Amino acid sequence: MKVSIFSRRSTWALPYALFLGVFVALPLVLIVIFAFTNNQGELSLLNFEKFITQPEAVNTFIYSIGIALVTTFLCILLGYPAAYILSNKNLNRSQTTVMLFILPMWINILVRTLATVALFDFAHIPLGEGALIFGMVYNFLPFMIYPIYNTLQKMDHSLIEAAEDLGAKPSTVFWKVTVPLSLPGVTSGIMMVFMPTISTFAIAELLTMNNIKLFGTTIQENINNGMWNYGAALSLIMLVIIGVTSLFSDSDEQSQNEGGLI
Amino acid sequence: MVTNNDTIIKIEHLSKAFGDKVVLDDINLDIRRGEFITLLGPSGCGKTTLLRMIAGFLKPDSGVIMMEGNDISEVPPHRRPLNTVFQRYALFPHLNVYDNIAFGLKLNKVPAAEIESRVRKSLKMVSMTDYEDRDVNSLSGGQQQRVAIARAIVNRPKVLLLDEPLAALDLKMRKDMQMELKQMHQELGITFIYVTHDQEEALTLSDTVVVMSDGKIQQIGTPIDIYNEPTNSFVADFIGESNILNGTMVCDREVEFIGHKFECVDEGFGNNTPVDVVVRPEDIYIIANAENAKFTGTVKSCIFKGVHYEMFVETDNGYELMLQDYNAFEVGSTVGMFIKPSDIHVMAKERTCNTFEGKMLSATTVEIMGGEFHCADCGLAEGESVYASINFDRVELLDNKEDGTVMGEIEFILYKGNHYHLTVLTDSGEKVYVDTNDIWDKGDIVGISVDISDLHISKRV
Amino acid sequence: MKKFFAQTYLWLLLALLYAPIIIIGIFSFTEAKVLGNWTGFSTKLYTSLFSGGVRHSLLDAIENTFTIALIAAAVSTILGSIAAIGIHNMRGRKRQAITFLNNIPMLNPDIITGISLFLLFVSLGVTQGYATVVLAHIAFCTPYVVLSVMPRLQQMNPNIYEAALDLGATPFQALRKVIIPEIRPGMISGFILAFTLSIDDFAVTIFTIGNQGLETLSTFIYADARKGGLTPELRPLSTIIFVTVLLLLIIINVRARRAARKQENI
Repeated sequence: MKVSIFSRRSTWALPYALFLGVFVALPLVLIVIFAFTNNQGELSLLNFEKFITQPEAVNTFIYSIGIALVTTFLCILLGYPAAYILSNKNLNRSQTTVMLFILPMWINILVRTLATVALFDFAHIPLGEGALIFGMVYNFLPFMIYPIYNTLQKMDHSLIEAAEDLGAKPSTVFWKVTVPLSLPGVTSGIMMVFMPTISTFAIAELLTMNNIKLFGTTIQENINNGMWNYGAALSLIMLVIIGVTSLFSDSDEQSQNEGGLI
Repeated sequence: MVTNNDTIIKIEHLSKAFGDKVVLDDINLDIRRGEFITLLGPSGCGKTTLLRMIAGFLKPDSGVIMMEGNDISEVPPHRRPLNTVFQRYALFPHLNVYDNIAFGLKLNKVPAAEIESRVRKSLKMVSMTDYEDRDVNSLSGGQQQRVAIARAIVNRPKVLLLDEPLAALDLKMRKDMQMELKQMHQELGITFIYVTHDQEEALTLSDTVVVMSDGKIQQIGTPIDIYNEPTNSFVADFIGESNILNGTMVCDREVEFIGHKFECVDEGFGNNTPVDVVVRPEDIYIIANAENAKFTGTVKSCIFKGVHYEMFVETDNGYELMLQDYNAFEVGSTVGMFIKPSDIHVMAKERTCNTFEGKMLSATTVEIMGGEFHCADCGLAEGESVYASINFDRVELLDNKEDGTVMGEIEFILYKGNHYHLTVLTDSGEKVYVDTNDIWDKGDIVGISVDISDLHISKRV
Repeated sequence: MKKFFAQTYLWLLLALLYAPIIIIGIFSFTEAKVLGNWTGFSTKLYTSLFSGGVRHSLLDAIENTFTIALIAAAVSTILGSIAAIGIHNMRGRKRQAITFLNNIPMLNPDIITGISLFLLFVSLGVTQGYATVVLAHIAFCTPYVVLSVMPRLQQMNPNIYEAALDLGATPFQALRKVIIPEIRPGMISGFILAFTLSIDDFAVTIFTIGNQGLETLSTFIYADARKGGLTPELRPLSTIIFVTVLLLLIIINVRARRAARKQENI
């Protein structure tokens, strides 16, 4: 019944559809094409062969995943309690506190990183792996807190009351009701932290005085040095890792959370 | 009320389908100037589609809509001299009451002074004087609907279209608005085309009621005609409460149903013709003394309904009837009943058995309703086109949908006193009519099977 | 008691999160070349930032950043709003397809978006510079505009467009007088969002900026930081950026909350 002349305005999406085709779909196709060709444009698996046979690249890759995992884990550890407190009416009523946690998400990541470097300088702590992990957690913690906070916030409070009514202790309520119900938020938090940490490039460079290299940096260096095909192959590998990760999370949920960012 | 009898809108052979689903099927309708006409039917019957086509929001697949002799089928909505009141008001949220009402006038470049006076006049008409500067979002549903009506009538349309305008209001507000609409119609003297699924509203307001179902017009008539002389069992069931029963026209002015012969006023059906009989619950007279009655029964239930009591009575021959009376009769008591000849409404049966067009798949199998059914060998070769007929009470419905030869969904249920008459829509889009004593719900998915001996095949030419 | 611990935890975490920014803010009011040395209160870094006392390239970078953000946000808002109206009126497969494509730039890591666009421009033989950065920014900003306009369209009573036509408006008049006023808050949020994202961006910019000497703020900071010595003027600059973002966010949030309250009142 809703179909009407209104529907003819579906053609309005056409310019944008074209734009998406050229600036989103085609570039991704190009990554695949470049990844599977050599610099003469011939079909080849050389780029992937190179990746597997170079211990340095593989090590960087594994090390990056490790760093990303540690960062993500620390973010859950620090972020979950914060999100829980923020969403609990008995523990926190202030919307301003919530905003203060979300706000750093909107500051340039380089500025934030440089600020961290400045903090370490100020406290005379040497840069290195510790600084790297601290900086990453510092950069991405808000991205963990926000989605968890969001799910907890939307949770039907009567469920908790129901559990209490049925005789559950507060700790039981937390582990058997609150935690399971907040898992979607945790999953999307993991996506929002793991994905950028595995793909960052400049941050690691600045936080470790270029002593520790992450996978993102390797990709960037290759592209900058004209090794487009190899760089594209590495990008494709990263995309696959991210694709696999996102299989574990509901992408709808995530876009919803991002949509509610402001 | 209607003084002028000339036609303002003429609809001819109008059809519309959304994808495979036919929503309007060959609609023909004349709307007279100044009349209050209501399109009435259950949701999905096509009434809103028809209204939207008159408004111009939808284009017909075929057929024409004529307005004052001109074909307007291709005219875009903003150039049609009619205005619409939408179900959910559709007020512009960013404009206040005044600007909402003045919207159409401003577009038509009406001088400011005239806009002002016309807006005030129409606000007065809907009893909303002094609301000009209010934010439309701050108004109650009833007030919003008044503004929506004012916004439409301020343009002095020749025809006002109203799409279930009162559906979102509560009962009390709805009753008040009904009276106001009726009064407004008389004052304005323009044609109202009104869409509703509420039969009481339709009967209260209209000069003419158009009952629709399945994209077809079932009956057009005055409210009194529609109520008293429903043309088929759908209309009888949809309009008001009724007992719909199978009967046989014995001869002119005599009809047999619920196991008794009754005198009636209908003629011309022929002798011994199967018919549907409709008796309104308030038309069955009930007395405590069973001896002088036409027929007797036992009271099964009795519920107070505010003004009257509603009772279900099991008759001496095992039929269940609904009746309404001002007096209560004790449950379990034996009562006597009679019906006046003029209160018995006889309708010709649309069909007496299911008939399907099909094709022989072999000498003993036939394809109908999109499935393969076994039938007795009647000497027809593979590929021959045939008619297959099945009596209503010989169609078997199965709980487990996989067990049937084909699947169907129960679309419509009619209680006929001692059994249910179901309309089942098969996956192939055909309708199967089933008489059964089993209780099913609307929307149930069932398996359909037919015993080999109940399937009657005849050659199609 | 429980509340006390909870609040302490929150504020400790916030202190940790904000410590670097606050330190930068504090040391933006002193002249020392090296961060951490307090040589007395001074606004010299601020004045030299604005009077052109710094290397000219920083001012250029700031200017580029803002003009790019302005153009990208404006184009994204127009393109995204029109697209949202289109998508809103689409059904089925086509709608799914375009929504899927629209989500890609939001879900993709920035580095992938950057590299994929880089490969596009080199494959097309386009010299990278101002135009390519603007195009790249439009590409990753528009989805957010679509995302902020769509809910407005969904909340909109579908009949109001028809009501306008019914009252005599042409389709174009109906769009201008009814649809646009309705989705305007979404368009404004979308514009602000796109503007912030564009200013903030580093990863996509660095891959599409080319080597013609064009700099935006983030590439400037990056280059500067790589050289080891941080230009002292970056401290007041970071402070200003932080305060600006803070203000913008407050505006957006206040708007959103006011709109929500208005909804509740109905």
